[in-house]
Amino acid sequence: MAPSPDPRASDLLVAVAGNPNSGKTTLFNALTGANARIANHPGITVEIRTGHVTLPGTGRVRLLDVPGTYSLTARSPDEEVAINALLGRKGMKRPDAVVLVLDGTALERNLYLLMQVLEFDIPVIAVVNMLDSARDDGIDIDFDALRKTFGIPVVGTVARKRQGVGLVRDALDELLGDPESARRPGWFWEPALPLADDLASFEPLIEEEVRFRLDTPGARRAFALWLMTSLHGTSELEVRPRLREHTLEVQARLEADGRDLAHESVVARYAVIDRIAATVLKQGPRRSHLTERIDAVLTHPFWGTAVFVILMGLIFQALFSWSEPMIGVIEQGFAALAGAVRGILPAGVARDLITEGIISGVGGVVVFLPQILFLFLFISILEGTGYLSRAAFLLDRLMRRLGLHGQAFVPMLSGFACAIPAIMATRTIDNRRDRMLTIMAVPLITCSARLPVYTLIIALLFPAADKIGFLSSGTVVLLAIYLLSAVMALLAVGVLGRTVLKGQLRPLLLELPPYRMPSVRSVLQVLWERTRAFLTTAGTVILVATVVLWALLSFPRLEPSDSGPRDPAMAGEAGLQAEQLRGSFAGRIGTAVEPVLEPLGFNWKIGVGLIGAFAAREVFVGTMGVIYGVGDEADEAHVGLREAMGDDIRADGSPLWTPLTGVSLIVFFMIAMQCISTLAVTRRETGSWGWTLFMLGYLSASAYLASLLVYQGGRLLGYA
Amino acid sequence: MTLDALRAGTTAKLLDIDPCNGLRMRLMEMGLTPGADISVLRVAPLGDPIEILVRGTRLSIRKREAALIRCESA
Repeated sequence: MAPSPDPRASDLLVAVAGNPNSGKTTLFNALTGANARIANHPGITVEIRTGHVTLPGTGRVRLLDVPGTYSLTARSPDEEVAINALLGRKGMKRPDAVVLVLDGTALERNLYLLMQVLEFDIPVIAVVNMLDSARDDGIDIDFDALRKTFGIPVVGTVARKRQGVGLVRDALDELLGDPESARRPGWFWEPALPLADDLASFEPLIEEEVRFRLDTPGARRAFALWLMTSLHGTSELEVRPRLREHTLEVQARLEADGRDLAHESVVARYAVIDRIAATVLKQGPRRSHLTERIDAVLTHPFWGTAVFVILMGLIFQALFSWSEPMIGVIEQGFAALAGAVRGILPAGVARDLITEGIISGVGGVVVFLPQILFLFLFISILEGTGYLSRAAFLLDRLMRRLGLHGQAFVPMLSGFACAIPAIMATRTIDNRRDRMLTIMAVPLITCSARLPVYTLIIALLFPAADKIGFLSSGTVVLLAIYLLSAVMALLAVGVLGRTVLKGQLRPLLLELPPYRMPSVRSVLQVLWERTRAFLTTAGTVILVATVVLWALLSFPRLEPSDSGPRDPAMAGEAGLQAEQLRGSFAGRIGTAVEPVLEPLGFNWKIGVGLIGAFAAREVFVGTMGVIYGVGDEADEAHVGLREAMGDDIRADGSPLWTPLTGVSLIVFFMIAMQCISTLAVTRRETGSWGWTLFMLGYLSASAYLASLLVYQGGRLLGYA
Repeated sequence: MTLDALRAGTTAKLLDIDPCNGLRMRLMEMGLTPGADISVLRVAPLGDPIEILVRGTRLSIRKREAALIRCESA
């Protein structure tokens, strides 16, 4: 059967490209409105946003938000996205035109990218954005001179205030209306002789099938230069073997001759830019020194640190406390909904599936939204103002000692609240290796979902009356948990960064953009896009996993005939629940794996609790409630549950819940990857099942080994 | 001299960048070309990295990389 034609395939496609911090995304949002969608680019961690705009003459046009880049040169697959998007390589559609957004306050650097793009003979509309900031900087831009020099449409905008957006639309409409007439000025510099020959030597190697993308000699020459500047011996870029070999040959010859490619290409382009800038730009006196003044405070050794600590404290407070009432409302809401459904539907599997599987599953997804929204509210404001790169500037030295990038601080901190928003926040880390390292280490940080479990164990085994110094032993244990979890996260960074994610320390090269007020619209857009991305991709996985777990814990159903409690100590509804759980698949798995868990000091009941905890760690407490026959409403403060647990004995008659068992279980919970939602988000953010399974594997294995060490070591030392 | 030795608040003329894992090309593409004026704006409170201004752009780089950037007093 022939695939049905995708209606969007016939739409014209426009790529919106530009430097990071050029306001490219703001312009993209202003053009597309709220219809933008984000999707992970296959195989890499870069996201691509798409949207559409309807133009009066051309009709519906699809827009592609190309990730911000200073240059088309690519040293890693992540950086290759820009050129792939512009040329339509690697499964992307070739754009019919490019809107290149230039930062008016740093026009020279931005003209570099414009020149590179023009060399590929792609129809371009240049948009000089942030004219207001440029004016404040005393920069006067001669638009007529720009148009005359480049021979392409040039529009000035203040995208943040939506000024000039209509002009961009008009220019686009005109250009797309008659693409043949689009001016493609090509190269503004002539490569000197040895380089010109080198570039020409690629021409016969560029195969017929890619010539439609590189449809002019100038474009093919630009591609040859791109290969020469991007490829290197160990490059992961996917290039046809013949081209790769030839590139490396030419590079070797170039080096043997003592030539310098950067000089022959980059410096040659900047020489042209300097000439153009002399006619186009006029630098007058600066009208505002706002950025300098703010920076004098925010990067000040004392005040800067103080502001940073306050801001991080605010984020922490928001994630921990402010989100609490909203989470409560969501949980109560879904519980009420489940209760209402229970009242309407007749008892049975269908009712349980809806109430305990689907409704609690959806609730389990939605419950993450308050923290995600809070974190991204802060991040989008801090990023939009330009503060986030200052935070990285302040912290880089400290974080580098720990083996991470300065940008990893906010995600790591957020991990104390919840790994889900923390992993989503790693998007602000621009280097792939550091981002993966951070994602892999975040689940080790003690999140708030683990607290009920720790509280239950501490209340059971470390009575408040036990004092170590003036602190109760429980407080000491809890403090030790927090401290140790941070240490373990850093240890994981250290170990993984030297083994699986080995790589040289990437140089820091971070732009500190001028301070700006982010628009409410763009902040809301970020929140909306993150929410949608979480709900549609991670949310579905979490929902399915919750239903599967529910089934494991509820099937096979207890036959009514043998519904009488076998254990006389467990009578009534709660006893029935305990019986049901023991006979369920999860109960059977727990019993089957008991020999494996025994060396850690756990019995089958804890095993079942661990299975239930995959839905969310705090579920462990409820599962314990059911299994110890006090009912599923038990929380960590339930006295009956504590007593029932305290009475539990091993086969040899010794009590199960000793401090050593408790410490072993706490250590297990600190390390083990026991959260389906974290795995689902990791899958979405890394775009890879391999990394997701690696996370599950390395954390589970480490947890088992650590608990084993604690329990067996403790016994050797004479603890029970 | 090299850029890491420049005091905060001073400006110099960039001469060249020593090659190091493609960083030279990257820096040059961001406008750090020979002849460009380059100022050190400040040093981070912990002593590293530094903030530089070149062609109207503020950039943060570590001293280790700044040591690869050769310049002369303007």
